[in-house]
Amino acid sequence: MALFSLLERNIPFFRDTVRPALDGACDGVQEGLRSLVGEKSAVAFRFCDFVEGAWLTIELTVLAVAIGFLFAVPVALARLSRNPLLRWPAFGFMFYFRGTPLLVQIFLIYYGAGQFVAELKSVGLWDGFFREAYFCAVLTLVLNTTAYSAEIIRGGILGVPFGEIEAARAYGMSGVKLYWRIILPKAARVALPAYTNEVVFIFQATSLVSVITLLDLTGIARDVISDTFRTFEVWIFVGLTYLCISYLILYGFKRLERRLMRHLQRHSERTSVPRVSHAG
Amino acid sequence: MIDFKGYEWVFWEGLQVTLSVGLATIPVALLLGLLGAWGKLSRNPVARLVAGTYTTVVRGIPELVLILLVYFGLTLALQDLASWIEGGASTVDIPPFPAGVITLGLIYGAFATEVFRGAFLAVDRGQIEAAQAFGMRRSLALRRIVLPQMWRFALPGLGNLWLVLIKATSLMSIIQLPELMRMTDVAARAVRLPFTFYFGASLIYLTITIISIVVLQRAERWANRGIRRA
Repeated sequence: MALFSLLERNIPFFRDTVRPALDGACDGVQEGLRSLVGEKSAVAFRFCDFVEGAWLTIELTVLAVAIGFLFAVPVALARLSRNPLLRWPAFGFMFYFRGTPLLVQIFLIYYGAGQFVAELKSVGLWDGFFREAYFCAVLTLVLNTTAYSAEIIRGGILGVPFGEIEAARAYGMSGVKLYWRIILPKAARVALPAYTNEVVFIFQATSLVSVITLLDLTGIARDVISDTFRTFEVWIFVGLTYLCISYLILYGFKRLERRLMRHLQRHSERTSVPRVSHAG
Repeated sequence: MIDFKGYEWVFWEGLQVTLSVGLATIPVALLLGLLGAWGKLSRNPVARLVAGTYTTVVRGIPELVLILLVYFGLTLALQDLASWIEGGASTVDIPPFPAGVITLGLIYGAFATEVFRGAFLAVDRGQIEAAQAFGMRRSLALRRIVLPQMWRFALPGLGNLWLVLIKATSLMSIIQLPELMRMTDVAARAVRLPFTFYFGASLIYLTITIISIVVLQRAERWANRGIRRA
């Protein structure tokens, strides 16, 4: 729990009041579950661990998506730039991270850093950063989602009708103002459905961090199974948890999409049930 | 050139297994995808429910979790079955290759379902009506009119699936299948050059991706021959 330990170290109120309260609540639920279903259930027995694992999964997703988005916009702009010094590095970065498996990327950064301990130590990046599986996981997820998101944003920008850009130019807009007022808002609407899929994808992809020893939801599941051998119960519980969160994310983004597209809906449609799109 | 200390062969051995798993998965995924699309578009509510549940569940759960669930779950289920039949405790080991093909086929069958469903709906309705007007039954119209044209619409989606699938085979290293990632891992630990070896492996995946993209582009051009473009 890197975020929790950071909060605990820096905010006394969090350490003395919030954390014990959260722990207490969790323990209470766990006790309740144990008395309800008995000691036989591995999920009830280790419920608090599962909650912590789910928290780490969500934390990694939020960090990767937030930081990745911040990087993705400039990378997408660089990819679209006419300057080859900007375009080619952006293309190479995106192509590499989209063309290789995430598992290889995670191993490359976490285990690969071990090949350069002396060099990393000399620049002070070893002890606080590359030695920790947590930071390596965040870095890899960020790089990966940046590449995919940049491609989606690029598609969105290319999807802006040229007439709108022409009209904005006729109004005297150019450069930053043209991008900020016309191109990026339109591109965001065009790109949103694909970006939704990317968020769900990166949420599911966080399960890979369990292979570099992190105890996310999948990591906890493997740990509990190796203790209790209750394979089916644990995987089905964990699978359903992932399923629920995946569809919660989809639902949240559908709401956002409807909000952003409000101006395109006729009044009668606004009150009716929205058509559900199953397009992958 | 990068120095792999005489361990270049692990890439070659691993690459063969990676490509075999990927290629062996395709027919399984296509079959499940066609079945799923048929179920989703069927008038039978049970078929719709089964197909809908299948794609919802598979697409909502991480591949790694599904792989571990199917691999260890299948092993346990077979073990229980075997001890129930034989009446004693017995151990069953599923070889990782078929286990990997089954799991990946199950996962990518769900994604192929969506591709086929979209492709089916993309075929011009008027042509199906015309086929009916000619007196063709649904099955005949499906075989003669819809299926041959579906491929053209399905090809881009299936191509994307292949690109994702070949990268997902790296997850098979976790169930000890000696594919590219697993072999690289072994060599990287033996020589203690993790960055060099994982980077080498990543370049091989990149090469597979590049070749696949070129082949898929050609296939799409071939499938679209004779189609007028605006």
